[in-house]
Amino acid sequence: MVEEMVHPLSKYLREAMMPHIWCSGCGNGIILNCFIQAIDELQIDLNKLVVVSGIGCIGRAAGYTNVNSFHTTHGRPIAFATGVKLANPELDVVIISGDGDLFAIGGNHFIHAARRNIGVKVICANNFNYGMTGGQQGPTTPLEALTTTTPYGNIEHPFNLVHLAAASGATFVARWTTLHARRLTQSIVKLLQKEGFCFIEVVTPCPEIFGRHNKMRTGLEMMEWFKKASVVEHFSDPAKAEITSEKIVVGEFVDIEKPSYEKLLHEKIAQINTKAGELVKEYAS
Amino acid sequence: MLGMTKKETVLIGAHFMNGDVACAEGAIAAGCRFFAGYPITPATEIAEHLSQRMPEIGGIYIQMEDEIGSIAAVIGASYTGLKAMTATSGPGFSLMQENIGLAVMTEAPCVIVDVMRGGPSTGQPTLPGQQDVMQAKWGSHGDYEIIALAPSSVQEMFDLTVEAFNLSETYRVPTILLADEIVAHMWEKVVIPPAEKMKIVNRKKPNVPPEKYMPFMPDDDLVPPMACFGDGFSFHATGLTHDEHGYPQTQSSEVQQRLVRRLCDKIRKNADKIIRVEEVMLEDADVVVLAYGIVARAALSAVRKAREEGIKAGLLRPITLWPFPEKNVAKIAKQAKAIVVAEMNCGQLVREVERSAKETPVVFLSKLGEDPHTPMEILEAIRRNI
Repeated sequence: MVEEMVHPLSKYLREAMMPHIWCSGCGNGIILNCFIQAIDELQIDLNKLVVVSGIGCIGRAAGYTNVNSFHTTHGRPIAFATGVKLANPELDVVIISGDGDLFAIGGNHFIHAARRNIGVKVICANNFNYGMTGGQQGPTTPLEALTTTTPYGNIEHPFNLVHLAAASGATFVARWTTLHARRLTQSIVKLLQKEGFCFIEVVTPCPEIFGRHNKMRTGLEMMEWFKKASVVEHFSDPAKAEITSEKIVVGEFVDIEKPSYEKLLHEKIAQINTKAGELVKEYAS
Repeated sequence: MLGMTKKETVLIGAHFMNGDVACAEGAIAAGCRFFAGYPITPATEIAEHLSQRMPEIGGIYIQMEDEIGSIAAVIGASYTGLKAMTATSGPGFSLMQENIGLAVMTEAPCVIVDVMRGGPSTGQPTLPGQQDVMQAKWGSHGDYEIIALAPSSVQEMFDLTVEAFNLSETYRVPTILLADEIVAHMWEKVVIPPAEKMKIVNRKKPNVPPEKYMPFMPDDDLVPPMACFGDGFSFHATGLTHDEHGYPQTQSSEVQQRLVRRLCDKIRKNADKIIRVEEVMLEDADVVVLAYGIVARAALSAVRKAREEGIKAGLLRPITLWPFPEKNVAKIAKQAKAIVVAEMNCGQLVREVERSAKETPVVFLSKLGEDPHTPMEILEAIRRNI
């Protein structure tokens, strides 16, 4: 009798939700894989892990992960996660979402969560466009790129996400491409262990929707761009961490210590309170 | 504050306070331990009071970057096991609508206080209105039911906030306290009973082991038991149409019908249990005044004065605006010659009254951008319609 082979990481996936919705050549599976490798490496208590996502292709990652998970409205995963983290600071709260969700419609929540230094962890899949709706221009679309809503070339300047995160106050900021799977996993391991608001941008191929308009019709071609253009520049100035056709600056840019919002809040509550509430006791223990 | 020692969680006894503070104290008494909000007149005092009170009782107060973030954080806290609330006024209430739909779809118990001011748009921030009545029912897209309560006094700002939490926890539905600026800013006596004398409802927890838990499998009352993040139940929730497992089913008409009809039916089929009205001298009434919120106070005076004049007048005050007490209106419509509806808007709840009253004439008294109706104005309408 042949023993049934079980993938060692399958316990982390909701197999009932498979097959996933992602196109061939898409990098979202690599991001999910790296995330799962990281939680496996840390042996995180899955009951204490909450994965939150917004709307977009990568937004389905929350449902695919076999932990507490919530798929919010477009742009609101960070605000939702803020409520989760404050209600129970012992939970590890991870947001996996896309560049449009986090930085266009949800941009306000991102900068304020980073400013407050609330201890939620954000992993952003940056595919340079709105993939799920068929490839429209977004806040990360490179200048002159062709999308279904920039048929004459994009004239909007894209956000530099790592610069924005660093300037807004994040305690940990990194950028990798899906080509850097091993280093991405190690950065996620760090992100999960750090106090405060942490951010990783993952530049990911979107050949079916973005690449086809921009002379990169396969995942392989997009990965070849990442390979050719990526330069590791740890702790370089995030303001200068460009993404162009010639150069993609990757690495860990910020790794600082700063007390989290929830820590300061619960310290304040403990000071004010002679009869500490249940929440405070739980957090202090 | 207010003579309270820090050891007490809930204020008890008689107090003199304004409606916003009474609402905040009602939330605490109901067990609310999470508030997220954004400053807006005339609801700001709720946030200010809770910023002081929540830390004293080990609860969470956070000022978010906008009202969209506030309601999203409230839903997150609710899913993490806390009773949670936000408070706003018309403009903020408009911003919250999409996520009120998310709370409906994911059945997140939560309370939203809307202290109504004059609209549309920025309108008249410091003047009263009752212009958000239809928005409370229909503001988010899609078909759904919510519960909305309208307080008429500072005491009711306390009582109905407690009631809003109880209903929200019972039915896993966002519940809206639809107050007006006058009730929120008015100072009156409030009596807060000791905790053991208050009815407090907490959401149903699952009574099955985690591997058997289906987060959206309802009981006979159409409400599913609710596990929370960190409880040991690993489950998924989404704003997408979902099956009983919580898994998206975006192509299935069967799942869409089953889910959306249940979300409506859990309120519609329990409407008799949810709805509360105040009925004054309706038994033999020829003319019935229907009013809610601060307007009901003037309406009551007018009805009493009419009775002194020998006119058989009565008051029907919906405390529950949604679901609308259509049976109560239909019943009095059979005996009354006319129903006078007084509202501070261009005609909102009056549409529901007309729908329910069938053939009985409905007279509408509208007020906009000024003081609410005086008793004399309502009395004159009663006299005209006898």
